[in-house]
Amino acid sequence: MVLAIVLVLLAVGSVIFHFWSPWWFTPIASNWGSMDDAINITFAITGVAYIAVILFMAYCIYKYRHREDRRADYEPENTKLEWWLTWVTAAGVVGLLTPGLIAWNDFVTVPEDAAEFEVVGSQWEWNYRLPGKDGKLGKTNIKLISDDNPFGINPKDPNARDDILIEGEDLHLPLNQPIKMLLRSVDVLHDFYVPQFRAKMDLVPGMVTFFWLTPTRTGTFDILCAELCGVGHHAMRGSVIVDDKAAYQKWLQSQKTFATLYPKAAAGIKQAAKSDAKMKTVLTANTQINEEGK
Amino acid sequence: MSNGMLEETQVIPLAEVEEVDLYHAHHWITKYVFCQDAKVIAIQYSATAILIGLVGLVLSWLMRLQLGFPEVFDFIDAESYYQYVTMHGMIMVIYLLTALFLGGFGNYLIPLMVGARDMVFPYMNMISYWVYLLAVIVLTVSFFVPGGASGAGWTLYPPQAISEGTPGIDGGIILMLVSLVLFIIGFTMGGLNYVVTVLQARARGMTLMRMPLTVWGIFVATILALLAFPALFVAGVMMLLDRVLGTSFFMPEMIVQGEMTSHENGSPLLFQHLFWFFGHPEVYIVALPAFGVVSDIISTHARKNIFGYRMMVWAIVAIGGLSFIVWAHHMYVSGMNPYFGFFFATTTLIIAVPTALKMYNWVLTLYKGNIHLSIPMLFCIAFILTFLNGGITGLFLGNVIVDIPLSDTMFVVAHFHMVMGIAPVLVIFAAIYHWFPKMSGRMLHEGWGQFHFWITFLGSYLIYFPMHYLGFVGVPRRYFEIGETAFVPPSAATLNEFITVMVLIVGFAQVVFMANIIISIFKGKPAGDNPWNATSLEWQTATTPPGHGNFGDELPVVYRWAYAYSMPGVEADFVPQNMPPGEVKRTDSATGPVAEDPPELHQ
Repeated sequence: MVLAIVLVLLAVGSVIFHFWSPWWFTPIASNWGSMDDAINITFAITGVAYIAVILFMAYCIYKYRHREDRRADYEPENTKLEWWLTWVTAAGVVGLLTPGLIAWNDFVTVPEDAAEFEVVGSQWEWNYRLPGKDGKLGKTNIKLISDDNPFGINPKDPNARDDILIEGEDLHLPLNQPIKMLLRSVDVLHDFYVPQFRAKMDLVPGMVTFFWLTPTRTGTFDILCAELCGVGHHAMRGSVIVDDKAAYQKWLQSQKTFATLYPKAAAGIKQAAKSDAKMKTVLTANTQINEEGK
Repeated sequence: MSNGMLEETQVIPLAEVEEVDLYHAHHWITKYVFCQDAKVIAIQYSATAILIGLVGLVLSWLMRLQLGFPEVFDFIDAESYYQYVTMHGMIMVIYLLTALFLGGFGNYLIPLMVGARDMVFPYMNMISYWVYLLAVIVLTVSFFVPGGASGAGWTLYPPQAISEGTPGIDGGIILMLVSLVLFIIGFTMGGLNYVVTVLQARARGMTLMRMPLTVWGIFVATILALLAFPALFVAGVMMLLDRVLGTSFFMPEMIVQGEMTSHENGSPLLFQHLFWFFGHPEVYIVALPAFGVVSDIISTHARKNIFGYRMMVWAIVAIGGLSFIVWAHHMYVSGMNPYFGFFFATTTLIIAVPTALKMYNWVLTLYKGNIHLSIPMLFCIAFILTFLNGGITGLFLGNVIVDIPLSDTMFVVAHFHMVMGIAPVLVIFAAIYHWFPKMSGRMLHEGWGQFHFWITFLGSYLIYFPMHYLGFVGVPRRYFEIGETAFVPPSAATLNEFITVMVLIVGFAQVVFMANIIISIFKGKPAGDNPWNATSLEWQTATTPPGHGNFGDELPVVYRWAYAYSMPGVEADFVPQNMPPGEVKRTDSATGPVAEDPPELHQ
């Protein structure tokens, strides 16, 4: 009896919590409303099943509780019922999968007019590279990375000189512009995650990964790392600012290119490998982040 | 039909296998320490697993202290926090759950339930335990080496797991990998034993379709483990080579601390594929034995046959098979080719069908039953609810488009704790309350059991149900502290405090449970041979606890399936599997012989 009541209360309480707790999605800022929709569809279908099974179980526990004069039924199988349940479940699965895979098809199909932005992750900071006026990013190679060429850009690539480099500053994105995020890591796995954008993807050293989105709302949003990347993982933060066209252009004008920031490297003059000194400043900076966070 | 095929009327005589003498111990060392009796090995496995599991439990408290009260505990820094995370996960999944379900319950229950004297290779069985113990010791030592235990996360993703910036790359990760390799070696010896015993050593009359579902669950889970662990084994060895000899299986070119490493062209994704090719079946290595145990306990305590036995068997087999083609659903955001998402989302959601059927059949077993709300039954009902909850959130994460926003958030943490933390642990409790009387001859204390049940069940629901919603907010997992953000409301900190307090309360209830076990071994109410009036063979032994060799002079002969509860026309509400049809007492009105199995089983 007590157990049956507790089960009913858990079912009812879960529904109440779902609708009235203060914890829910952050307001979306990208085109991936289909992800929220898929979650809501999943909640509807599975929620009904969840509550139905619990309530039925509570009913059985109450109705068929042990009594001296009771004898259980003997029914080894009921093929009809079992098949019926199989098909109902299969229908539910199709109901979940169909909208999910349709939306996934959008996710894997990057629009042709998407602008490319590159995110470069390293322990534990975010840097970015934008194509210059030519609209193309120059080739990179991790072996070219040095103090004088922190992105490892290949100076022999004619597309490289006008690439815009953003180091240690906020990333700006234009409103309503489809964007293909190219993701690159120089050390371990990271994951570029902006909760309001919904979409996220790992950065994997040795390869370039990607995802796309269209920012749909101006504002400043936190960038977090969502793939464990060492002791500074939780402190690997950044900010992305979505601007309307005018503000974005204004910001873009003030950014510096590879050629202006690193004229030697852009001219193809080689440098020794990245020194420890720079890394030490990075580490100190992160220790400070840790302490500020405390 | 003269072309060598058998005539229809020809009878094939049963193969008579002479009994092989067991090695009977003469000294206390061979009786209690280096013992070949599966039941003693089972208890050794269980005790070791529970002890190291308690270490894992304490680590979870430390993690929760940090998450609930981020600025209070000075001794927890980011480094140690990630070490707690890593060791907690690895201990709980491998060294507690896998070892306890297969090494513990597998060893105890398989020979007894199939009517065998012991495992078929008792000596190898003994070695299996000692290698497992060595693995546990090596893992434990890693806490104390310079640099401490690994802090790479239990998934040990390279390059991070073995490169600067991660705790424990000097000794911790090496010992972790060595320990895993040892564990797999030990498990393989035990696992081969379980499979061969089920296939070769069943009592006369114990057909596969008469086996209790517990045996089916452990049997299929062991086959999964024998096929899945090699993937982890090679991944572990390759990572050891990368770490110790400087090979580059998983290590690409990278710049660490300003220096180019000597690694070249390795693939971090290859490790993830190998890890999850093991890691996903691992979920079912833990879940399938739990499914089986729950089926048997529900049936016994509801005095009703398990509903849809054949469906239950085939669902176990189907889930086991499907579990090998869903692994990359753990990798939707890994950067693998996104088109894989279509395939793995589909296979993953298909698994929901046989799993849901098992769920329905448990509940339908309760329907029209005669339900005794004993402690094992209470835990099984709690399992159904918890597993249902965790299974449903699996439908969220399996559906690739839904996984993208939720992946690597607290939603995932809540999901997998519900489905493969709390749910199997509830089954372990159910199983201990159910079989403890057979193992010790004494009952566990009912009142303390009630206390333990209510705190554990409600407490863990209150811990994990709200935690999903932190994931919706966007709180990432594996964060030492969330710090300042614009999107996490201050109320989330209050929720975190609440969860931490609940964790400590639930933890305290486990102390009561441990005390209950220890005291009941000596002072519990005597249980008798068959306190639950159960049908399966382990309850029909000549002595309780059963001696070496399990059964008396004669091995049991099996006449029917394990679910002959409340049969019409039979006086008692259960008929043991080994009771000859002639001895079954009929009700006054019933005539004719007692049906053995339900006819469907022989279709």
